Amino acid sequence: MGNLESALFNIGYLETLAYQQTPLHRLDPRVKLLTTLVFIVAVVSFGKYEITGLLPFVIYPVVLIAVGNLPPGYLAKKVLLAAPFAFFIGIFNPLLDRAVLVHLGPLAISGGWVSFASIMLRFTLTVSAGFILIAGTGLNAVCLALDRLGAPRSFVLQLLFLYRYIFVLTDEALRLARARALRSFQGRGMGFKVFTYMIGQLLLRTLDRARRIHLAMLSRGFDGEIHLLRPLHLHGRDVVFFLGWSGLFALMRWYNLSDQLGRLVTELFQ
Amino acid sequence: MSHHLVEVTELHYTYPDGTSALRGISFLITHGESVAIIGANGAGKSTLLLHLNGCLLPQAGTVRIGGLPLNKKTLPQARRTVGMVFQDPDDQLFMPLVYDDVAFAPLNLGLPLEEVEEVVMGALARVGASHLKDRPPYRLSGGEKRAVAIASVLSMSPSILVMDEPTASLDPKTRRQLIELLKTFNHTLIIATHDLDLVMDLCRRTLVLKDGRLAADGPTLTLMQDEELLASCNLEKPLGMQGCPVCRRA
Repeated sequence: MGNLESALFNIGYLETLAYQQTPLHRLDPRVKLLTTLVFIVAVVSFGKYEITGLLPFVIYPVVLIAVGNLPPGYLAKKVLLAAPFAFFIGIFNPLLDRAVLVHLGPLAISGGWVSFASIMLRFTLTVSAGFILIAGTGLNAVCLALDRLGAPRSFVLQLLFLYRYIFVLTDEALRLARARALRSFQGRGMGFKVFTYMIGQLLLRTLDRARRIHLAMLSRGFDGEIHLLRPLHLHGRDVVFFLGWSGLFALMRWYNLSDQLGRLVTELFQ
Repeated sequence: MSHHLVEVTELHYTYPDGTSALRGISFLITHGESVAIIGANGAGKSTLLLHLNGCLLPQAGTVRIGGLPLNKKTLPQARRTVGMVFQDPDDQLFMPLVYDDVAFAPLNLGLPLEEVEEVVMGALARVGASHLKDRPPYRLSGGEKRAVAIASVLSMSPSILVMDEPTASLDPKTRRQLIELLKTFNHTLIIATHDLDLVMDLCRRTLVLKDGRLAADGPTLTLMQDEELLASCNLEKPLGMQGCPVCRRA
């Protein structure tokens, strides 16, 4: 239960981070969203055994964390929390793909392990870019950017409502969980059967709340259309941010910088 | 000023599960009146309120808002005239930011954008919540949420304000501030509540509901002294009218 509470607190913290005033936070949300997308596409588009080409991309999260005054430890923990998904996607590669690809001295590394490492690296890069986007912009602003960039309205609204009520819902779930824990003794009452009742209860309460929210919307003239109004202005710095990073991503995508650097260093020492 | 009238005649409502919530209620509320609706749990207060702006439509009897009978055709007009403040602000504040929420109704009414800004800031200033405009609603305290919920209704400039349990879950000082705020309104006020001291402070007239019927309708002061009536409706004299707890003297 303590975990549930601290998890909730953590989501709230992500939102708190978005309230800072740093050069990163002042950028137009559309620009940050697009740059993040370009970053993700660039990272994902590499071949399956690529590792060295991916490494230079670390610069993007590092710079943004520094400029946006974001806590790296906290973000790392968030990324770690999502890691099992990528882990289970990649973990079968070493079993299926056993052809030796690289020799590191006496150590022979199979293609499976290389592609597994590549998956984990991509995962870390893309997911941390996503978290940085939220922490540096705020989900509401990201939704607004999505809307302005032409994402389907219903999708944007779903996301906004989800974010608005996730706190209310977790609060409600928390109260249920607490009420049960307080009246359960020696493990009795904590079983799966009661859990299913609670889930049902939560669903009913949610439906009821949805009905009340709908009434509240109707009471204020809701006619199927939600108007989001907040002007967004594109400044010079936004354009520079987008073009600069996109250019760098393109460069890093087509020229393997680690490889070039490696060659340079070996040449120097020869 | 006939467009501020609320007239309910022989209103009946039975929920789909067979619970008969209203069994023939009639009353007339005129312009500028502040009226309390009190009664035991399950007496039908909330159901009655939901009829006042057409969240529920009468099964029998009529509701007239400003002379117009409430039906599907007149709904938009009625909803603009009657501003409803729900009991749980979390139900009412559904937009991402406070500003968006207060702007929700004016935008739906099709106000030009420059006016929306003005109306929204005016409504927020009215309830003393201008500084909250860029905050998400789930980060507000209970009292702030309540204030913003009221602003979100004021922004469509209703003539009639209907509130369900406005002081529920407020701390005493916030409750007092809310009462002082409501005193400054010259809207027609209709308040359903268990807070009888609030009723004493705000409402000159009181409707007492009992089992879906009107048990009494009259001046608040008179009704609150009728201990027999209050007891029969699961109510008690307001604390302010009871004796001092130390010396037992009124």
